[in-house]
Amino acid sequence: MENLLNIFVKSIFIENMIFAYFLGMCSYLAVSKTVKTSFGLGVAVVFVLGITVPANYLLENYVLKEGALAWLGEGFEDINLSFLSFIMFIAVIASMVQLVEMIVEKFAPTLYTSLGIFLPLIAVNCAILGGSLFMQERDYANIGEASVFGLGSGIGWLLAIVGIAAIREKIKYSDVPAPLRGLGITFIITGLMGIAFMSFMGIQL
Amino acid sequence: MSSEKEPLFSSKNLKLLTTPLGSQNPITVQVLGICSALAVTAKLEPSIVMSLSVVFVLVFSNLIVSLLRNTIPSRIRIIVQLTIVASLVILVDQILKAYAYEVSKQLSVFVGLIITNCIIMGRLEAFALGNKPWPAVLDGFGNGAGYGLILVLVGFVRELFGTGNLTFPGIGEVQIVPDIVYEWGYVDNGLMILPPMALITVGIIIWVQRSRNKDLVDIS
Repeated sequence: MENLLNIFVKSIFIENMIFAYFLGMCSYLAVSKTVKTSFGLGVAVVFVLGITVPANYLLENYVLKEGALAWLGEGFEDINLSFLSFIMFIAVIASMVQLVEMIVEKFAPTLYTSLGIFLPLIAVNCAILGGSLFMQERDYANIGEASVFGLGSGIGWLLAIVGIAAIREKIKYSDVPAPLRGLGITFIITGLMGIAFMSFMGIQL
Repeated sequence: MSSEKEPLFSSKNLKLLTTPLGSQNPITVQVLGICSALAVTAKLEPSIVMSLSVVFVLVFSNLIVSLLRNTIPSRIRIIVQLTIVASLVILVDQILKAYAYEVSKQLSVFVGLIITNCIIMGRLEAFALGNKPWPAVLDGFGNGAGYGLILVLVGFVRELFGTGNLTFPGIGEVQIVPDIVYEWGYVDNGLMILPPMALITVGIIIWVQRSRNKDLVDIS
């Protein structure tokens, strides 16, 4: 239990997707103009990461890894399919996003209309594939740890995009040098937020 | 479009190659491919390797998609494109693991993340789907080079000011700041190696570029 909490806090604050790894920057920069839409996108990312990381964990451990096919029988023990992992992960993500889109459309039409175009775009958000690849690289011990990691990174991303959106709403009233307006100042603010988030690094859990 | 009669490097085609280096730079102007651009730039060597990988994937995916553009049904084009890109990235990943293992360890998941690099999908959607193979190859090369230019620039600045050394592929670490400067009291800025400084460096590059080229200034 303590271990799960540790992973959760670590993935939100210390190893934040945006500030430590710059994943999902494209949509982070494009959608962070208002708090409302960025919150919607953030929730969708949490949702999709929370589903795809455990799904890819199962795929990795029961199909792709070296020796993972042992449950099929004797002859399959030394098969190593890990070179296929990129293409399998992206296929799982693309189909999961499609599935989530259909489910949300059927059961929560209001949420669906408020998320709009963002939901299908999540398939090509680097944070999602990044989540699965980090899961693969760090070799989590069981599916519980993998799901907690997925949820935590999603929440960290949500936190970052809502934070920058709130700052951008306020900065409209400031006198920023003309060449720095828009993209430039957003980069620099994100850098400063990243420095602030680095202060979590010393936390011992 | 009679590209058979056009010379291979006509002025229109050359333009495809050069605009992404400056006024249509994928990172600083089109805001594509930031995701993987920043994390690998703490040193010069991984930045160069990453740029070469992206150029390779971009040129070939543009070429393949452009060749197939009339046969891909538009409803499933995203999946088809992802499959093409993912296969090319697997190729790059396996080659790096075989011939440049150290660098591939440093790049870790970011090689895989070329698949979802917005530059690739963006160029496929915006250019390769509607153009002939040769311009598509040039466009891919130009955009890859524009991406690489920023990556190498950021990697250069960060490693030089962060450690005083530069790492070149094949040569290894070379000390650039001479010892005598350290004796005068110069100290490396360790902050440059840390992730947030990549963002600030890119922010400053954007600032410089936009103050030189007023057309790019964001009016909003």
